[in-house]
Amino acid sequence: MHLISSDSIMILSGLVFLIFSAITLLGALVATFSKRLIRSVSGLALSFIGMAGLYYYLHSPFLALMQIVIYVGAICIMIMFTMMLAEPRENNGFTPMGAVLSMLALVGCSLMAVGLIYLVGTYSWPITQRYTAFATVKDIGRDLLNQHGLVFELISGVLLIAIIGAVLIARSGRRKA
Amino acid sequence: MTVWNLSTFVQPYLIIAVMLFVIGFFGLLYHRTIIGMLISGELILAGASLNLVAFSRFQSPNPVTGQVFTLFIMGLAAAEASIVLALIIAMYRNYQSVHPDTLNELKG
Repeated sequence: MHLISSDSIMILSGLVFLIFSAITLLGALVATFSKRLIRSVSGLALSFIGMAGLYYYLHSPFLALMQIVIYVGAICIMIMFTMMLAEPRENNGFTPMGAVLSMLALVGCSLMAVGLIYLVGTYSWPITQRYTAFATVKDIGRDLLNQHGLVFELISGVLLIAIIGAVLIARSGRRKA
Repeated sequence: MTVWNLSTFVQPYLIIAVMLFVIGFFGLLYHRTIIGMLISGELILAGASLNLVAFSRFQSPNPVTGQVFTLFIMGLAAAEASIVLALIIAMYRNYQSVHPDTLNELKG
């Protein structure tokens, strides 16, 4: 017995997908075009939350959770802390040369977007044969530690070295108390 | 393909990823502070991750690979952000500014 028809479920799902896409792109635009850096970081967090929704539509809920935990919870908060510590000046000094260069960058990036979207639209994207329909967290863990075990270990080494390096760089030049 | 079943095709995800990449690339050129450039770099990485997951969902025979590589991208992005933010703090201590134009000498 179906209480809701499958058509209305499809329309609801499409609507939520459109909302998540809009959130992603809107957050990216806010992150790029706002004058104040605190709004940029908030736009970045908004964009990442929208992307987490898109990951749900791509059948990868584990990635959606990781996206929110790592990007929104860790990286955006870390950027905000640094902004409080370093208090960057936010006056975008307006110069005619800068405005011309910004317009040139906008034109170039728009051309790049049009070319890439044309490429996406013209290719015929064949359906491939798949041997598993969904990737569970168990599958991800098995692949992560079997097939990609070396990369996993290397990345943990990179993270360790990066953390030690960050502490060293941030401490260097500090006056002896 | 109608407006309501867009989420079952690969093209909308690729177009969103292209938009994220291009917006991030423009922001890298447009922002005047190093923190702004870092934010734009994160947008570019997000576009790449979305591309990987979309391809592994629709095109790859094994749906796990793209997700695993996106996890790797997340780890590398965290390492990159921590290094850049440490550099920003060190730069602010030495120059009292985080404007990229103040970094114009190479004296060690």
